[in-house]
Amino acid sequence: MKTPIYLDYHATTPMDPRVLEAMLPYFGEMFGNAASRNHSFGWEAEEAVEKARQQVASLIGANKKEIVFTSGATESNNLALKGVAEMYAEKGNHIITVATEHKAVLDTCKRLEKQGLKVTYLPVQPDGLIDLEAFKSAITDKTILVSVMYANNEIGVIQPIREIGTICKERGVLFHTDATQAVGKVPVDVNADKIDLLSISAHKMYGPKGVGALYVRRKGPRVQLTAQIDGGGHERGMRSGTLNVPGIVGLGEACALCQAEMETESARLRALRDRLKDRILAELDEVYINGTMEHRLPHNLNISFAYVEGESLLMGINDIAVSSGSACTSATLEPSYILKALGAGDDLAHSSIRFGLGRFTTQEEVDYAAEKVIQVVLKLRELSPLYELVKEGVDLSTIQWAAH
Amino acid sequence: MAYSDKVLDHYNNPRNVGSLDKKDPNVGTGMVGAPECGDVMKLQVKVNPETGIIEDAKFKTFGCGSAIASSSLATEWLKGKSVDEALAIKNTDIVNELALPPVKIHCSVLAEDAIKAAIQDYKQKSAAAQAAESVTA
Repeated sequence: MKTPIYLDYHATTPMDPRVLEAMLPYFGEMFGNAASRNHSFGWEAEEAVEKARQQVASLIGANKKEIVFTSGATESNNLALKGVAEMYAEKGNHIITVATEHKAVLDTCKRLEKQGLKVTYLPVQPDGLIDLEAFKSAITDKTILVSVMYANNEIGVIQPIREIGTICKERGVLFHTDATQAVGKVPVDVNADKIDLLSISAHKMYGPKGVGALYVRRKGPRVQLTAQIDGGGHERGMRSGTLNVPGIVGLGEACALCQAEMETESARLRALRDRLKDRILAELDEVYINGTMEHRLPHNLNISFAYVEGESLLMGINDIAVSSGSACTSATLEPSYILKALGAGDDLAHSSIRFGLGRFTTQEEVDYAAEKVIQVVLKLRELSPLYELVKEGVDLSTIQWAAH
Repeated sequence: MAYSDKVLDHYNNPRNVGSLDKKDPNVGTGMVGAPECGDVMKLQVKVNPETGIIEDAKFKTFGCGSAIASSSLATEWLKGKSVDEALAIKNTDIVNELALPPVKIHCSVLAEDAIKAAIQDYKQKSAAAQAAESVTA
């Protein structure tokens, strides 16, 4: 077993060697511009792009004409939200989203608010899921778009997408989902789930960085977008710019591999994830799982180790690559807003670790990680004045802390 | 974030971890920080009432590696110092010794606060004890 061990697959994934293999020719002799209509260089590039378009569409049950290639899910989210807001401005000015969305959605919404749109940020329940009744009553005559992520990037919970899609359809509101963490990992079907717009990223599913896609429904309803990047009118005018042919080929191949292997792979990862969870829970007290286990990505585990600060825990398990919701590990020095939204308290956010398993994770690695985490948590609890107080029977909430 | 060797050393081999008897009149306890802020330090000193010298110091810290290292270092420095010398320890001394980056300066501030709180607690306790003695005398 090689260290460090990578268990941060929600951040990014290594490229599958088969994906790299598929891409390589397009960095070399097959360098053509897919928009060149008059020679074989262009034709072979176009053919590769169209094959990839079909591979992406097939993974999510879409028609290939509904796939717009982008630079990644951040751009896809921007295009979906800004593009709809601009195109449907006459119809309404209200967007509904969720407090636990990725910043690519939240910050786009904040910008739209500055431009005069109204945005509702739905809270989540303690299990991380939205309340469908609260969602229904948030919809108004002015609502043009609902944007709810498929699966959360920190806690892995899967929102009731089909129910949300059905409600949107009934109310005549467009439904966008940021499916970055879900596509390729769990079955996603844009028709069954009644999704109108869906964001995809290649590097979260063993493809290359810098490429993604936006699914844009063509029938029932035909969704229109105002382009956010002007130029040569590529991608049916929705996203100009010469196509990133090697990247797109990589995305297509990554989708095809995920589709072929999803069933066995998700069962394997679920078993490994549960093994990790069960070992930790068997050895440590005061451990809390963030988000529902019932509706969750099979490869995600997010745990708070009470009375142990996340960054110091990461320091102790420095041969395991994971991430923490602790303020000390974030650029903003704020604890994770996603964990805060669950309402469990900032202290548990500071104590959280996110494990993301993936295609190259082995049982040996999982066992090593579990043992290491257990050892370090035990050591840090020996050091923790909070753990000592709790063991003495003190209720920490009765202490007057001096916030600083 | 890269840690200095000294921070790593204190994190891996923390000095003077533990607790002293809070009820002992010669023990001063300082607890600073807050769980929701991600760091809480408990620092204790045991003072020889005859000499005014700190004979023992212990800590427990909930916080990042720099917070653990700052409090571990503080206990090392406290031992053998007089109460007044202890009050002269500045957070910048800790920053320099551990080569803390700017985002971790608050850890050293917290350690200085913990030292001051522990000494303050000891002084209050010994003043109360003296007052009690003069009343009974």
